[in-house]
Amino acid sequence: MATYTTNDFRPGLKFMLDGEPVAIVENNFVRPGKGQAFAKTKVHYLLTGRMVEKTFKSGESYDVADVMETDMEYLYTDGEFWHFMDPASFEQVAADEKAVGENAKWLKEQESCMVTLFNGTPISITPPNFVVQEVVETDPGLKGDTSGSGGKPATLESGAVVRVPLFVQIGEKIKVDTRSCEYVSRA
Amino acid sequence: MQGENTNQVSQILNLRAKTKALIRDYFLQHQVIEVDTPLLAKYSVTDPYMSQLEANNLQGKSHGFLQTSPEYSMKKLLCHGAGDIYQFDKAFRADESGEHHRTEFTMLEWYRIGWDDQQLMDEVHRIIQLCVGSIERIDISYRDAFIRYLAIDPFTIDERELAEFATKLLGELPGNMLFDNYLTLLFSTKVESQFEANKVTFVYDFPASQAALAKIVETEYGLIGKRFEAYAGGLELANGFDELTEPDTQLKRFQEENDTRRQLGYPQVEIDRQLIRAMERGLPACAGVALGFDRLLMLKWGVNDISRVLPLENLP
Repeated sequence: MATYTTNDFRPGLKFMLDGEPVAIVENNFVRPGKGQAFAKTKVHYLLTGRMVEKTFKSGESYDVADVMETDMEYLYTDGEFWHFMDPASFEQVAADEKAVGENAKWLKEQESCMVTLFNGTPISITPPNFVVQEVVETDPGLKGDTSGSGGKPATLESGAVVRVPLFVQIGEKIKVDTRSCEYVSRA
Repeated sequence: MQGENTNQVSQILNLRAKTKALIRDYFLQHQVIEVDTPLLAKYSVTDPYMSQLEANNLQGKSHGFLQTSPEYSMKKLLCHGAGDIYQFDKAFRADESGEHHRTEFTMLEWYRIGWDDQQLMDEVHRIIQLCVGSIERIDISYRDAFIRYLAIDPFTIDERELAEFATKLLGELPGNMLFDNYLTLLFSTKVESQFEANKVTFVYDFPASQAALAKIVETEYGLIGKRFEAYAGGLELANGFDELTEPDTQLKRFQEENDTRRQLGYPQVEIDRQLIRAMERGLPACAGVALGFDRLLMLKWGVNDISRVLPLENLP
């Protein structure tokens, strides 16, 4: 099996640690010039989402994690699983609630989404940074208010709720940043 | 743009040449003679944490090791009556690269006969000031640095307390760490970073377990190695010793390092018997220091990236 040593460490590198796939978020090499050298890192445990500050002895090696990020099309949910399809191979995978988590609220059928696969099974999904969606529900609010101050909650077609300016009306399409859950503009 | 970059290269070349000339002139005036020793030599160091480069021909036959430091060669010269000596040379250490490291770098190393570490620290400060201008100096013992910056005493804390303390500060640590690994890790990540910027900090009197090639002496708080390091802010510039002169002790330390290598599953390194034989002939009492020349130039220019002082890394 392919391995990495600490000399390969860099942000984004994925390997197996205590039987779990992890990704390096930050890495600093510590070379005291005397005695053992180290790699001081922050690692992201991909299954549980835990972020851990962890120091490694320089030169230790770890198995490469079979982790793949791939763009897939969201098909539907049956209530228990969310189903995705690889647009090239038409192969389908089913992601459970642990993998989908909070991001379920951004999923819109036939739209593309990044799926992270570990040994072929989805372990997390990442919606595009920006999505354009229709507002399906919001308080009619004050027409003519264009200042954008205050704002009001609006429900989007995928189910996400974001704060929008008062002038945004039901049926309008808006652009939203999925990382911050913030309204960007009318689309 | 091209003109600017060419200019950059010539600025670096001038910086390097002028600084070397200043230092050569200083040593000439002080009767320290310049030597040069082989970069490629039969023996390397036993230090378990040093990663040597072996030079093989294309058929895989070894022609020796690129030197990680000129220390052994220079000590052999000292044993044969060379007197005060210095050299600028290249040193090679595998797996070292980054903002402050290169696999190949320039070292200034010198030895003073009959001096101790304190006298040599004064000269290191003089040479730094000669090159970069007036810069304030702070002296602190290894023990006091830990007490001042981390509020622990490295000479009394026990291994379990130290492991807990380090974990609290740094997060998850590797298993089966040696006591000194905790200290060097804490020192590198939490002590050095607190040294005052724009000043040179001298740390001296290291724990005996980190003596390397320094003499070990007894103090009221334990055994210490007469070793010192100089830092510019948090950047290590130099490492010096009041040199160990006894061949038997030296041989024992080399053997212990090979034992540690065995424990760690690292390959054994052939001990430099030539050095031991030379020391049997007699290494005069002396102090020696290695100073990272590229880092000295980084200090002079106030840059934090070693590439800025390396001409071939600044080609247009």
